[in-house]
Amino acid sequence: MVPLQSFTASRLAIVAGKGGVGKTTVTAALARAAADRGLRVLVIDVDGRPGVVDLLGVPSSGTPDRTLGYEERLLVGGLGPDGTGRIRGRSLQAPAALVEYLDTHGMRRISKRLVSTGVVDVVSTAAPGIDDLLVLGKIKAIERSGDHDFIVVDGPAAGHAITFLMAPAGLRDAIGTGPVNTQAAEVLEMLQDPARCQVILVTIPEETPVNETIETAFALEDRVGVQLAPLVINAFDRAGLDVPDPASADLDGEPHAATLAAAAQFRRGRAADQSDQVARLSTSLPLPQVHLPTVFAAGLAPEDILTLAKALDDGGAVA
Amino acid sequence: MSTPSTGQSFAELLDRASVLVCAGPGGVGKTTTSAAIGLAAAQRGRRVVVVTIDPAKRLADAIGVTIAHEPSRVPGVTGGEFWAVMLDTEATFDDLVRQHSATPEQAGLILGNRFYRNLSGALSGTQEYMAAEKLYELHRDNRFDLVVVDTPPTRNALDFLDAPKRLVHFLDHRLYRVLIAPTRIGMRVASAAAQPFLKSLSRVVGGDAIAEAVSFFQAFDGMEAGFRSRADSVMSLLRSNDTGYVLITSPRREAVEEARYFAGRLADQQLGVSAVVANRVHPHFTDGLDTTAIADLAASHGNGPLRSLWENLALLEAAAGSERKALEPLLALLDGQPASRATVPLLEADVHDLDGLGRVVEHLLGLHPDGLLR
Repeated sequence: MVPLQSFTASRLAIVAGKGGVGKTTVTAALARAAADRGLRVLVIDVDGRPGVVDLLGVPSSGTPDRTLGYEERLLVGGLGPDGTGRIRGRSLQAPAALVEYLDTHGMRRISKRLVSTGVVDVVSTAAPGIDDLLVLGKIKAIERSGDHDFIVVDGPAAGHAITFLMAPAGLRDAIGTGPVNTQAAEVLEMLQDPARCQVILVTIPEETPVNETIETAFALEDRVGVQLAPLVINAFDRAGLDVPDPASADLDGEPHAATLAAAAQFRRGRAADQSDQVARLSTSLPLPQVHLPTVFAAGLAPEDILTLAKALDDGGAVA
Repeated sequence: MSTPSTGQSFAELLDRASVLVCAGPGGVGKTTTSAAIGLAAAQRGRRVVVVTIDPAKRLADAIGVTIAHEPSRVPGVTGGEFWAVMLDTEATFDDLVRQHSATPEQAGLILGNRFYRNLSGALSGTQEYMAAEKLYELHRDNRFDLVVVDTPPTRNALDFLDAPKRLVHFLDHRLYRVLIAPTRIGMRVASAAAQPFLKSLSRVVGGDAIAEAVSFFQAFDGMEAGFRSRADSVMSLLRSNDTGYVLITSPRREAVEEARYFAGRLADQQLGVSAVVANRVHPHFTDGLDTTAIADLAASHGNGPLRSLWENLALLEAAAGSERKALEPLLALLDGQPASRATVPLLEADVHDLDGLGRVVEHLLGLHPDGLLR
């Protein structure tokens, strides 16, 4: 059992994982679970993926917009035991953060021209990671504001998660003095404080994503020093293990016996492979695990997010 | 696909194509599928090289060999030849700089510059351009008659098509024109107007970083024309009839949406889709029973193993149906186009060796009816 509080213990949670493992799904489910406990939640998208708005079932009346903008807005309100729980959302992408930074550092008049002439590209090449640092700096400011009880960042894909979170340390060392150095030091302080920030790694129980998760986990701990929250294993079909073995079922005289057997073998085989991968994660990573069930459909509906939020609140379906 | 398509068969495409660019969202099995496409063509007698861009381990995972920056031949393939190469963005860029510099000294100045060293990792599009550059180079290499390229999982898949233009645009004196005035021939200093600006920038990112950027652009002076003409050649190959685009997607709704978006953008550029691969689709186990009939049969059994078996079949058939429905809008977009279509089911075991790739190949070539697995 992993209580929901393990995830909400820090005000900031950054969700990271390989493309396609369900980062946005977990972000939405976690936001919903926390808001259902009465927390004021903010969801931040740093990758330009709009999915979370649909997943949360935001009513289309009033704001039919499916994407998150730079301006924060209310997605779902009136949740939790006394209606204080709510989910707000915004996007926070590097170019906008960089322009905002230049605006506030004496370059307001020319920041637009900097973008159109490509000088912004030069700046991010001259100081690699500065765009990531500025996004994190903005997140830090939001974290400090006290406007939200829980902030979930739908983070970059695993490969990029390491460079994203390494940016502050790199820049603090590369640029000895000045505002960027200060900013980097402050962001690093937040990242390394388990009371303020955790990274939630999401994976599916398959070989390649599991490998990548193990590498990412060690890199983040060793090179960034960030606290890792319990590991979320998404789309784990544990129920598939309970499908009866057709060899021991009495299929004599049953119509379509061969079809039933083939379907059962298929599901049992895949579930067994998944269990092996989950076991491998348990051996390789000393992190508690939360398991979310497979949803057998091409896409998730808002009801599915409620189910997954419930599963998170219950400590994960089976973990 | 279960419905006969108007497109050419996948086998015809593999026999005819000389460049195949595999594009699609992240996490759909693009690396594995592009390796399988390469293997399929090699088994049909072609001399194929597959370029992968993702971390080496992934293609190495898929074909069970370690691959290097130079193409290496995968052993154990009969028919033609199957080669694989890992894209090394920095080494490819370094080669380009050496080819286009006027003197070894100029090349040395650039290669040793810190700003230049940052480019590969920091400037978006650099990796995509170097992939295209590698593709161009291998296309002209007469050891190979088909180049298959796996693309990075970019948010905007068209980054791949535009990358050469973007980088040339960047290198083409952008900062230089803004910051540096050619006050006297052969001697360039920061113009008076640029001085306060440079100072502000230096305050933000540090004086050393800006000085390195300025010396990079100074050292690069004179190479833009060569870079531009090379980029033009690469871009024309990407847009020529020699190059086919293979869209790879999973049946997940978000992935299909991204693939549709990519198909639309290709169409905007008058580039056609040569093939669509729907990867990791739940197989159908029955074509004689619909979901209602299965549900009825499940309900007709009391609580026991038989009921569980019927419920399992119902669940898997529903998933298979929902996924095929999710794929429909993408396939509809290609109606009337000569694109090949293939469905690769979710296999019982994950693919990480040549045998596994061989099973994917069978599905790509349509050797198994879509209705039933194996």
